[in-house]
Amino acid sequence: MSELKIYNFMGLRRYALIFSGILLLASAASLFTQGLVLGLDFSGGTQVEVGYEKPVDVAELRQHLKNEGFDDPVVVHFGSETDVLIRMQGQPDQGLADRLYSVLKISDEEIDLRRVDFVGPQIGEELRDKGGLGMLIALAVVMLYVAIRFQFKFSVGAVLALVHDVVITLGIFSITRLEFDLTVLAAVLAVVGYSLNDTIVVSDRIRENFRKIRKSSSVEVINESLSQTLWRTINTSMTTMLVLLALFLFGGELIHNFAIALMIGVGIGTYSSIYVAATVMLAMNVDREDLIEPEEGELVDDLP
Amino acid sequence: MPNKFPLWKNLMILAVVVFAFIYAAPNLYPPDPALQLSGQSSAMQIDQAVLKKVEQALGEAQIEYFAGEADGETALIRLIDSELQMRAKEVVQAEMGGEYIVALNLAPTTPQWLSDLGGSPMKLGLDLSGGVHFLLEVDLNAALTTRLEGDLQEVKSSLREEKIRYRSFELKGQKIIGRFRNEQQVEQATSLIRANFRDLQPQNKQGQNPLTLVLQLSDIATSQIEDNAIKQNLTSLRNRVNELGVSEPLVSRQGKNRIVVELPGVQDTAEAKRIIGKTANLEFRLEAEGRIGEVFEFRDGRSLEARLEASPVITGENVTDARASYDENGRPQVNITLDTKGGWQMGHSTRDNVGRKLGVLFIEYKTKLEKSLGSNGDMQITPVPFVEKHIISLATVQSQLGKSFRITGLDSQRESSELALLLRAGALAAPMYIVEERTIGPSLGADNIQLGVKSVSIGMTMVLLFMILVYRGFGVLANVALSMNLLLLVGCMSLLGATLTLPGIAGIVLTVGMAVDANVLIFSRIREELASGASVQGAISAGYDRAFVSILDANITTLIVAVILFLIGSGPVQGFAVTLSIGILTSMFTSIVLTRGLVNAIVGGRKVDKLWI
Repeated sequence: MSELKIYNFMGLRRYALIFSGILLLASAASLFTQGLVLGLDFSGGTQVEVGYEKPVDVAELRQHLKNEGFDDPVVVHFGSETDVLIRMQGQPDQGLADRLYSVLKISDEEIDLRRVDFVGPQIGEELRDKGGLGMLIALAVVMLYVAIRFQFKFSVGAVLALVHDVVITLGIFSITRLEFDLTVLAAVLAVVGYSLNDTIVVSDRIRENFRKIRKSSSVEVINESLSQTLWRTINTSMTTMLVLLALFLFGGELIHNFAIALMIGVGIGTYSSIYVAATVMLAMNVDREDLIEPEEGELVDDLP
Repeated sequence: MPNKFPLWKNLMILAVVVFAFIYAAPNLYPPDPALQLSGQSSAMQIDQAVLKKVEQALGEAQIEYFAGEADGETALIRLIDSELQMRAKEVVQAEMGGEYIVALNLAPTTPQWLSDLGGSPMKLGLDLSGGVHFLLEVDLNAALTTRLEGDLQEVKSSLREEKIRYRSFELKGQKIIGRFRNEQQVEQATSLIRANFRDLQPQNKQGQNPLTLVLQLSDIATSQIEDNAIKQNLTSLRNRVNELGVSEPLVSRQGKNRIVVELPGVQDTAEAKRIIGKTANLEFRLEAEGRIGEVFEFRDGRSLEARLEASPVITGENVTDARASYDENGRPQVNITLDTKGGWQMGHSTRDNVGRKLGVLFIEYKTKLEKSLGSNGDMQITPVPFVEKHIISLATVQSQLGKSFRITGLDSQRESSELALLLRAGALAAPMYIVEERTIGPSLGADNIQLGVKSVSIGMTMVLLFMILVYRGFGVLANVALSMNLLLLVGCMSLLGATLTLPGIAGIVLTVGMAVDANVLIFSRIREELASGASVQGAISAGYDRAFVSILDANITTLIVAVILFLIGSGPVQGFAVTLSIGILTSMFTSIVLTRGLVNAIVGGRKVDKLWI
């Protein structure tokens, strides 16, 4: 095997900064102006999924529902031409399923009432609060862990990388008007986990090299560390992307957005573990002095 | 460096592998569709004779079944065709009558030796099995108000008995406010209440009018009432759910004032909702004399209306049981049992009122959503609770009533069982509102399983191919580890009784993708070591050792996130967090310990010039 090629990643950090800046600004602007399209889990309301045997015209169905006295229904195809998702405000009362069944049965064909979801407004609000709180707690705990295991500058880098990934993932959901529901929230938190994983591996190598390589500059050490971990970063992202692609294509409509959120997050996370965390550390003037004291964290365990 | 594992380590790896195979195995045996038969009361014997009757009914309806088992309490009949499960239930229910509960069930087909070892298949979440999920919120304030209303009456009557005069006594919010003419009366009243009403606390605030007395429930009493209200609601919900005939229902408390009800496999969701969603209460009131009182309509709409007294004799809180039965002449009736307090009050009120009519009011709490314009001009949807009160029974009091009495003169068995059901259903301590409802049809559940299995297998195959392409020989080792990881994950989930949901499957898929990360890290390290000129054995050893620190840090932080996800999430998100967490732990074992064991067994201690990596 040949000598490892060292890429000058940090030489491009000015461009990376501009790139991240644009993405962050666009995301923040979209999130502030138009927000997220909240799914039923967060917005509250009633949602019914119906399966027909033949393809259905949603506009016709919508008019039909309106004529039958349903208040302002939203009717869209769900996954296929024969599946329809109907969303209404209000609570499903006792006869709703029966009434819908009789109204939706426009011809002789069998229809399948696949699911009925109702989420009260208070639940939606609680979930929103809990989701936001969870995200903040996750970031705080992670920051603490990294600060203890590594060093404060590393933890700032790691957390800013996470915030970067989360904001951009949310931003893309906001810009593309994709629906944000509970599974997407789970995906965003999984992105936090994944991106962190990446950042930790890179940071680990940076720490090791700072202690090992004595005469290079911080930029050189970081470039070398990033180059050494580059293939690992790419290969892991590849395998994760492969399974996400499987989920996206074959997992069904219910986890479609979950897969999209993770794909965006994994892509951004891979980039951020190379550029954001390291750039932040450099901006904070990280150098050998920060890590000169070997911590008690050096493992002497004899486990393989 | 020899790269040899001591014997105990190899044995440990072997033990874990065997463990994974055994406990993952039960998932290979798909359950049979089945019917479960049990009696309305536990005294009923479900024996071979009963089973025979059921089997005969199924035979006549030409529904094929495997065999039935009866153990005295329940009977289980396995069916061959799941399409006919619903029809079979109807046939059996019609044959056996209302005395028996017939529930749809899925009977495990785990071989005896596996279940002897404690093996069982993973439980499926509602999104995979189909069914109904309800989240109900108990209105605890209503329970407190009811209690305070009762206390108010009792305080007033004991003040009267003690000849302590007052100007007025009324309920304002959660406080009882009494007004007196002089301070001496206030003092007398205060000491009476201190002595006789432990749960009520007189408040003394500065600047308070000295001629008023403000009473509040003590904190202990408040939490006791709230706790009891939830418990009683849980009990009556469980009773109602049992009437539905669901094989494994879940009714449990969530948080301070919520109750979750999950009914897996329920297909007739309208029926489930009718019974669960019936948030109701009862009041027994005497028929009014003259023009005082309130007018109510009958629930069945048969008779027009009746005028009842304004205050109830007892409420649903005092009803402990209500059952449909027949009197000596074979006419349908309903037997009602009250608690001690209720029995005493009923006796007290009916003693002088024999010959008058006693009405039973059924009170339903419903919610409707109303649109309104918010302060900033956008549309707001607010839930508005409203109350519906209907008479379900109006019967003449024949004699003084006590703890148990009966309502006779009902027209049919249908009417008596309906009334008994309503009476039992009404015995709720506090009203409940549905705040979340999810109904998943059985076909969607089956589709979700299929989609899940498909995406796991395709995702897995792609990762396996990728690893072989990139790491060749070592890729094969990583693939063995990955497959073992999947097996171990499924085994652990089955053993822990974790519930598998669609997001849980997504968690498995993600674990598959991320689990190879540890091996990628190790193999990259070994390549690096080789490139920098280390010996083969040295490179392997250093590769594993150096990568370990990174893997540990990376996995612990991911685990932290997964745990937080579990703590903040509800149902589906928790399913995802559980599989992700277990997956992280199992993948650390398989990708570090298991692959090292394999590497050691293959190249350890031998002279190898080149690694196929």
